[in-house]
Amino acid sequence: MGRRLLLIEDEPNIIEALSFILTRDGWTVHTHADGATAAARVKSGAPEVVVLDAMLPGRSGFDILRDLRADPATAQVPVLMLTARGQDKDRDLALRLGATQYMTKPFANAEVVAEVRRLAGG
Amino acid sequence: MKRPPRPVFLAPAGYRRKRLRDAAYLLPLLGVVLLLIPLLWTPSDDVGGVGNAASLLFVFGVWAGLIALAFVLSLVLGPNAEGAETRDDLP
Amino acid sequence: MILTFNVLIGVSLGYVAMLFAVAFAADRRARTGQERWLRSPLVYTLSLSIYCTAWTFYGAVGYAARSGLEYLTIYLGPSLVVVGWWWILRKLVRIGRTQRITSIADLVSSRFGKSSVIGAIVTLIAVAGVTPYIALQLQSIALTFAAFTEGLGGGPADVDYVALWTALGLAVFTIVFGTRNLDPSERHHGIVMAIAVEAVVKLVALLAVGVFVVWGLGGGVPGILRRIDAAPIPMWSGDGGRWVGLLFLSAAAFLTLPRMFHVLVVENDDDRHLAVASWAFPLYVLVISLFVVPIAVVGLERLPGGSNPDLFVLALPISEGHGGLALLAFLGGFSSATSMVMVATIALATMVSNHIVAPLWLSVRGPVEVARDLRGTILLARRASVVGVLGLGYVYFQLTGAGVALSAIGLIAFAGVAQILPAMLGGIFWRGGTAIGAGTGLLLGAAVWIWTLFLPSFGTAVIPAEVMARGPFGIGWLRPDALFGIEGVDPLLHAVIWSLLLNAGSFTLVSLLTFPKPLERLQGVQFVNVFEQSGPARTWSRSGAEVEDLLVLAQRVLGGEAALGLFQSEAEGQGKSGHLPDPTPAFLQRLERELAGSVGAAAAHALVGQLVQGPGVSVEDLMAVADEAAQILEYSARLEAKSAEQDRTARALREANDKLTQLARQKDAFLSRISHELRTPMTSIRSFSSLLGEEGLGEDDARRFARIVEAEAQRMTRLLDDLLDLSVLRDGQVSLKRREGLLSEVIDRAILSAGAMHGSLRIVREPASEAVPVVTDLDRLAQVFINLVSNARKYCDAERPELRISVRRRRGQVIVDFADNGSGIPAPEREVIFESFARLSGRRAGQSEPTGAGLGLAICREVMARLGGSIAYLPGQGGAAFRVAFPQGHAAAAE
Repeated sequence: MGRRLLLIEDEPNIIEALSFILTRDGWTVHTHADGATAAARVKSGAPEVVVLDAMLPGRSGFDILRDLRADPATAQVPVLMLTARGQDKDRDLALRLGATQYMTKPFANAEVVAEVRRLAGG
Repeated sequence: MKRPPRPVFLAPAGYRRKRLRDAAYLLPLLGVVLLLIPLLWTPSDDVGGVGNAASLLFVFGVWAGLIALAFVLSLVLGPNAEGAETRDDLP
Repeated sequence: MILTFNVLIGVSLGYVAMLFAVAFAADRRARTGQERWLRSPLVYTLSLSIYCTAWTFYGAVGYAARSGLEYLTIYLGPSLVVVGWWWILRKLVRIGRTQRITSIADLVSSRFGKSSVIGAIVTLIAVAGVTPYIALQLQSIALTFAAFTEGLGGGPADVDYVALWTALGLAVFTIVFGTRNLDPSERHHGIVMAIAVEAVVKLVALLAVGVFVVWGLGGGVPGILRRIDAAPIPMWSGDGGRWVGLLFLSAAAFLTLPRMFHVLVVENDDDRHLAVASWAFPLYVLVISLFVVPIAVVGLERLPGGSNPDLFVLALPISEGHGGLALLAFLGGFSSATSMVMVATIALATMVSNHIVAPLWLSVRGPVEVARDLRGTILLARRASVVGVLGLGYVYFQLTGAGVALSAIGLIAFAGVAQILPAMLGGIFWRGGTAIGAGTGLLLGAAVWIWTLFLPSFGTAVIPAEVMARGPFGIGWLRPDALFGIEGVDPLLHAVIWSLLLNAGSFTLVSLLTFPKPLERLQGVQFVNVFEQSGPARTWSRSGAEVEDLLVLAQRVLGGEAALGLFQSEAEGQGKSGHLPDPTPAFLQRLERELAGSVGAAAAHALVGQLVQGPGVSVEDLMAVADEAAQILEYSARLEAKSAEQDRTARALREANDKLTQLARQKDAFLSRISHELRTPMTSIRSFSSLLGEEGLGEDDARRFARIVEAEAQRMTRLLDDLLDLSVLRDGQVSLKRREGLLSEVIDRAILSAGAMHGSLRIVREPASEAVPVVTDLDRLAQVFINLVSNARKYCDAERPELRISVRRRRGQVIVDFADNGSGIPAPEREVIFESFARLSGRRAGQSEPTGAGLGLAICREVMARLGGSIAYLPGQGGAAFRVAFPQGHAAAAE
């Protein structure tokens, strides 16, 4: 069993890509596609790292992030936020809300793997 | 809310129309009075009673008269019937 | 001409067929909007002539032969009422229109706080009073057939069948033309036209007989006057009591007979028609009663002793050998009878369905089920009532036989319906009348009428001679013909005086002693001051009503199109777009009034009340209108109108402003969405192509990744195509390729392309209505349809998904509705679905395919705008529903 990572994302093909590269890097990847129940899933699954998409059905990634940080049980979980909108204000918002790291889509596979490793190590 | 001041006297046209409305109210009363006249008659089969034909002609005559007056009034009041009116027009 | 029974039947049937044709043509004309001449003052006046029934046509001569001049009271009373239209009729007509009154029961019920109890009492009185009257008409038809068949080979058994078949035929006619619409304010053009024609027929017939009698038999005017003077019947009997009493009674009945109220008030659509009727109607009845005495006198002279004077009109031409004239007279009588029965049954059926069936239905059904199928139930009840009322009339005819004089039956009916008069006049002239007072008066008056006149009319079978002589249980002062021991009065006068005295007296006294409910006071002001209202008083103050629930209710009562039209026009008036106005008190008032036009005031109030929940009228609201004098002022009306207009403008401006700021925000959001929508497939492509470049990738993985890359690349292409399409449409650079084609083919194509032929989605279509030739850009139209069908396929979440496509045409527009049976689109999101990238939140469970880019409906909207039409979300249809409307094009003209 590798280390547990929770991928919160709703695009099937992106899930497939990230799962593939992260599993290859030794992670056990769990995925979750619904925004509304994502925070609870983080709490119950207690993953080492969370990769969170900004645009999700049900509840936006930013709101989920706020929920995670507000709950003492999940306040310290490292979160890598992914967004496809790529505007500065989104980056600022994500960091202000307590994202540990922030990346825009499309990403380079190696960078994601490196960031996740860094988050888990730190 | 307070009532806006209203002129005490109306222009001739308005005055005329108002009096015609009075006439429209009075017309059926006139009809009732005229149609009560037979109460004064002696029955037709009594001696000196009102004649059959005469009584018939009287009633039809009153009737035709009312129709004629109603016709004249309707020419004036008809086009006016739709409009709202002021309190003054109530009986 | 040889008259046989069969010829008579044939002529009657031919005449009825002609009436059907007239009524049908009038209905048809009205529906195509050519109703101006249908609604002239002349037609209105002629329709009032249903006052002259078979009782007039045959009975007046009999009446004159028995009692001389007295028969004229029956026509003089109504003449006085109509000549004095400025007093009462004008007010009734105005109230009828502003309150959407459907019947006399509705008027009284509505005035006294929309009370369903009062409505039911008035309805029962009317049914009891009018049943004998309908029997009278059947009797007259049967009698005339008998008069003809005497010696012509027809037996009496045939005559009974004639009455039965007449009743059945009238039921069919009335159901076909009288109960097709639910909203009586839409009016029965066919019926009104038919009775106008019948009015002419009966007048001509009676005049023809009269002319024949005076100039053919009587020796001209001088001769006939001599004969009248010498006649054995004294014209003036000296009975002043009956003269005055009958003048009053006929005037009262003219106002309160349900059929008269129906033609006078419900079918009236212009106050000014009353002005014409004020002289034309008295003229009509004068002319129709002109020859009555000559016919009676000549009949008594020439016909064998013992002939029934009720049949002189027919018997004279027959005995003189003028078959054609007799036939005309027969048709005149037939006209008189049939037109009365038709209108009377419509009026009664409306009352029974609205004031007896509807309240029962509402009390049996829970509030949730309220109004489900109400429209169907009411219409069914109305049709059943038509049959029921005619059936009652037939039974009464069978019970009493043909023995009673026509005029006696008619007067019993008059006295019965006259019981409504105190409540009606008290209601429109006196604000102090209360529902309890009105109910007491009505019940007491009706009881006295039943005891002193109605029951004794059946003879000793119902009230034994013992009771007539000594009173019930030996209580002398309760004798039916001598209440309180006052004897020797004419039985009719006795009944009329006591019933109306006790009726009006108890109404007044109880009203003075009781306190009206708020709604009664409000309605009282509305009725009494109908000419002075600056605007409708508010019956609803606050509202917790969901507009969509109201729409569902309105659709069930008024029908889908009418309800949507009403809501849309109200929304427009409020300065909003779409189909859903705010539930303002004014709108609730308007809605209730529209509903009242279909189901009566009491039921409409109850229906709206169940949805609005909040208190209808509170004491505070009443305080606002308490100073009625202040409310009257005309200038306040102008102020109100002005401020309403300002409100509208402000609202429109606010909406425009909102739209502008929204647009600016939308532009930002649009760019950000484009970025997102392009980056998402790009992410997969970059990630997988980078993986494909690595070494040591399994062959299966590599193949799968390549496929994903290709699919995502296609997705990007589609998105770019859509974007391009949208921008071209928005810039208006698109060139339309207008072609002529069949709408049904466009829909076929759309269903095929959307791949909905084999899926689980069931598509319900109406092939007959789809065969519409249209001239438009068929490809673009198909594009819109494809979008709607595939949306339904993707998003309809019903267990058995179903999409209903319905087509209808209205004023050169083709309207296509796409309604599915899923859970629909929640109200807040309906505003945004037509915006770019407005994908609905959340994918439905179990949905696997990637959703579209969210540009579909935005493109649809642009396409429809280019085609000169529109697309809108249609609320209140159960599921998600869209309405596409566009001009039919030149094909409409080519049809």
